[in-house]
Amino acid sequence: MDALFLKLIVAFPLLAAAILLLSAGRMPARATCVIGTGSVGLSALMAARVATHATSPASLHVPLWSWMRVEGFSTRIAFTLDPLSLVMMLVVTFVGFLILLYACGYMRDDPDIARFFGYMTLFVAAMLVLVFSSDLLSLYIGWEGVGICSYLLIGFWHIDSANVAAARKAFIVTRIGDAAMLCGLLLLATRAGTLEIAPLLAAPPASATAAFLLLGGAVAKSAQAPLQTWLPDAMAGPTPVSALIHAATMVTAGVYLIARLHPLFAAVPAAMATVALIGLVTLLLAAGSALVQTDIKRILAYSTMSQIGYMFLALGAGAWQAAIFHLVTHAVFKALLFMAAGAVILRVHHRQDIYQMGGLARAMPGVFAAFLAGAAALAGLPLLTAGFYSKEMILQGAWHANPLLWAGALLGALATAVYIFRCIFIVFFGPRHTDPTGRTGATMALPLLCLGILALVGGWIDMPDAIAPVHLLSRLLSPLFGAPTAEGPSWLLWTGSLVPLAGVGLAWLLWRPRIRAFTPPEDAVARLARTGWGFDTLYDTLVVRPFVALGRLNQTDICDRLSDATAATARAGGRMLGRMQSGQVRRYAGWIAAGTIAALCLGAWP
Amino acid sequence: MSTTSPAQALLLAAVLFATGMLGVLARRNLLLMLMSIEIMLNAAALAFIAAGARWHAPQGQVMFLMILSLAAAEAAIGLAIILRLHAAGRPTLDADTGNRLKG
Repeated sequence: MDALFLKLIVAFPLLAAAILLLSAGRMPARATCVIGTGSVGLSALMAARVATHATSPASLHVPLWSWMRVEGFSTRIAFTLDPLSLVMMLVVTFVGFLILLYACGYMRDDPDIARFFGYMTLFVAAMLVLVFSSDLLSLYIGWEGVGICSYLLIGFWHIDSANVAAARKAFIVTRIGDAAMLCGLLLLATRAGTLEIAPLLAAPPASATAAFLLLGGAVAKSAQAPLQTWLPDAMAGPTPVSALIHAATMVTAGVYLIARLHPLFAAVPAAMATVALIGLVTLLLAAGSALVQTDIKRILAYSTMSQIGYMFLALGAGAWQAAIFHLVTHAVFKALLFMAAGAVILRVHHRQDIYQMGGLARAMPGVFAAFLAGAAALAGLPLLTAGFYSKEMILQGAWHANPLLWAGALLGALATAVYIFRCIFIVFFGPRHTDPTGRTGATMALPLLCLGILALVGGWIDMPDAIAPVHLLSRLLSPLFGAPTAEGPSWLLWTGSLVPLAGVGLAWLLWRPRIRAFTPPEDAVARLARTGWGFDTLYDTLVVRPFVALGRLNQTDICDRLSDATAATARAGGRMLGRMQSGQVRRYAGWIAAGTIAALCLGAWP
Repeated sequence: MSTTSPAQALLLAAVLFATGMLGVLARRNLLLMLMSIEIMLNAAALAFIAAGARWHAPQGQVMFLMILSLAAAEAAIGLAIILRLHAAGRPTLDADTGNRLKG
């Protein structure tokens, strides 16, 4: 029964995508919403049913079909439900459902709403394939599937060429990682003879190259340094896309991949150290960029990079549960923040510059409350918010691995609290710079409410022993990851709780309504941080421009000349033969006569 | 009745055929082109008759009868096409303007 449900969980969004994309926009907007949201809603219901029945550690295996079988290598398409994919499934379907519900309100007046929901449901299906796959090759199908959906949705408003450029950039940059990942997979396949995850992890081949290549794929997908440049530009897509793909689910696929293959990485200490280092560097760089952004969605994009940096840090420190816990809470509060930001953007006439907003708390108290809940969770304000517990777990893990990592993560926590409360003080307090219009509809308010509550209380599923001995998530995941490490001294907990509060206080001192400057900072460091520390310029000079020049040089080489010559010959011949088709009977008769005479002559010749 | 050798008959047929072909190629009037085609058909028929007489075979005359009916059918269709062209508002019989579509 559960096996059937598992198939249906994937099949429903896929079917909805087929219907919506084949309808080619001829369906009324309301029906589109019902099909798109309803299919994912059904998946969520079935996911809940499966989750309540299958919480036992035994995993469920659903073979679908055999894909290929050749000498020495075979692969099957099969779904596996184990604690890790269970957690991911719940996140994808529930958060996905709430975001689609929100999108019904957000995209209501868009003429292309069927295409939008078609891509979104296709994305959910691909993400579920990624999560359920018991085989790395079919995982790769889902991996590429979410990539193409991300590309299609970033460039959803394709009339504006900037959006298309952003989509292309996202696709190409993640493609670089995907190519590395494919090489890693092929290497694993030749070493181990199989790509099925279970046997692969039972006897992990200690291949540093494979681990690093897989890490490349994860880094590009999760927008970590040095392949992080695509994520801020990806905000060109509609806000629900940013919430679903570029905050809650797809960008965490890299974290999922590493957690799924953790014995492979744990066997290579250098890879683990690299993961942790990448996480730390991204976390600090992105937090620094988020401090000086002026676009509300770009603040959240950099914040996403920074939070995924936390997850990588946890992975590198071997705190697998902490990474997954933070993945879950981050999916909730970041989706909430994006959706609240989207509600604000809709109400202030599609403006995204925070310096043009101001004083919105009174005009939209509900949205303000939702944003505040999300921001508190992101900053990790102690006790009350989900982000606090997951970040605490990461800090503990980092402390056990290396106190330097812990110090960096703590600095990041301070910066997180500062930048997100800077955003709150500028957007929601002080004098008003624009007049909000309209109302936030029920379809948009309901997801905000649900996620707002979850962002506050969702962290109570796993708490430090010093507060309350609740370890639901850790215990659920322990068959995969082993028992969590013992907790550190209690001053760790105190520091971890006080630092976010200090960050909020610092933000209040710097940007409280009375004293804040109404222009963004303009010194050199701020400009550098705002453009993402110059990575774009660097890649532009190092890679893009030489490549374009090479392409231009290569445009008229011998191969091209050859094919051009073929084309020219064919065209000239066609023109000559075409001239014979004059439509004049006498000329045709003449040709017939000439041909006959020629044939007769040939016949009479020898 | 004096006997003529098949060679002489074939020579006549060749002259007739050349005349007809020249007519088809040189004339622009559709009616005259049709008549030239008739001449060519008759030349072919004459060649069959001559061959039949040479080998005392009946197939030559059978082919002649067939060419006769074929020529009748061809004339009927050709004239019908000319009439249709006229009915469609075409004022001329000039074959060289036939490549302009729609009259």
